[in-house]
Amino acid sequence: MIIESHADYRQQILMLYTRSSALDSEVVAWAMYDGTGATTHYAGDQDAAPYSTGLDAMQAGWRVLQVSQLNPPYPSAEYQTSYLPFEVMLEKWVKFDEK
Amino acid sequence: MKNNSVRRTDLLSTGDMARFVARGFLRFDGLIPDEINRDFLERIMRDEVRSHPPGTPLAECYATCPPIGALLRLPKVAGMIQSLVGLNPLFDHHAVHHCPPHQARAQDTHADSIVDVRSTAFDIQLMYYPHEVTASMGGTRYIPGSHFRRINEMAIARYQNIAGQQHVVCPAGTLLIMHHGIWHGGGCNRSGESRYMLKIRLNPTCRQVRLWNTDDLAALSVGPAAIFDPDAYRHQDRIQTLFERPEKWFPMDESRLETVNRIRLWRALIDDPEFDSHYWLSRLENQPE
Repeated sequence: MIIESHADYRQQILMLYTRSSALDSEVVAWAMYDGTGATTHYAGDQDAAPYSTGLDAMQAGWRVLQVSQLNPPYPSAEYQTSYLPFEVMLEKWVKFDEK
Repeated sequence: MKNNSVRRTDLLSTGDMARFVARGFLRFDGLIPDEINRDFLERIMRDEVRSHPPGTPLAECYATCPPIGALLRLPKVAGMIQSLVGLNPLFDHHAVHHCPPHQARAQDTHADSIVDVRSTAFDIQLMYYPHEVTASMGGTRYIPGSHFRRINEMAIARYQNIAGQQHVVCPAGTLLIMHHGIWHGGGCNRSGESRYMLKIRLNPTCRQVRLWNTDDLAALSVGPAAIFDPDAYRHQDRIQTLFERPEKWFPMDESRLETVNRIRLWRALIDDPEFDSHYWLSRLENQPE
């Protein structure tokens, strides 16, 4: 992608939480942060995921920035569940029109 | 309010308790009579709902708020409380939640208090909805099965939406009883009317062992004859079947860990260290000398 000027673009971030460490596994949680300000998202605003899998989001033009590492279970806490383990952070650069 | 033991038939059933252990909540739509709902709403408007110091016996609370005293004395409500936290629970705190109309966003998802490392004892939170909550009013959002996750309060705010999330859209007089660890948050009230909810947190003062109506315990606690026995899954009301059922959002590798969490709490609740489902813990506990 050729970007003429960074000042003309804003970042959109899509957080997807998948059922396994595979990017083509089902999305079980999600969040969206829109740097253009065109849309606002908040807790509980969508009961259906925007994409079925992480791969579906990539095929729709989202670029993967980061995925969760696979860490071994902490000793003595092998059965303890906590935060969602498979987080995929994606971005899009979107042309920004201040008008 | 005065607290007395209730009739055995007003206690929770084993199936109710197993569902609470598996999913972390019980919901009773329209349980509270209209006269209590109306009286309580009027007292909210007059700012008459007073709290109590944490650790006060529940039986000594709400003398100055008769509708809440009456609510807590309803046999079904008293029976639920007694089944979960015993006959003489302590008042921890309460909060009258007011969501004004025309909100632009929701409260982020969180678990109350701070990270809680208790493995068997638990508090309950009563969430009482004195008026109808419509879809546009948002309602409380909660995540079934999230109660065993050891997280700290608002650290999960990044999770805007989780598959299977529930919104309390309900008739007046609905009561939701939650394990203290359930992830939840106030929904965005897009309507033109205020939304009210009373939350009361209660602490147990006794071991939480067989406090419910256990008459059906043996009948419902029948494990599968063999692992992956299809017959086991045809009996949807069996405790083991309830404990094996994943929530929509469970990561693939953690469904079995959540089953283990459920087994461990159930072992404590029935005081039976050998209870198991699908051989998950028996296999790991086998260490021949």
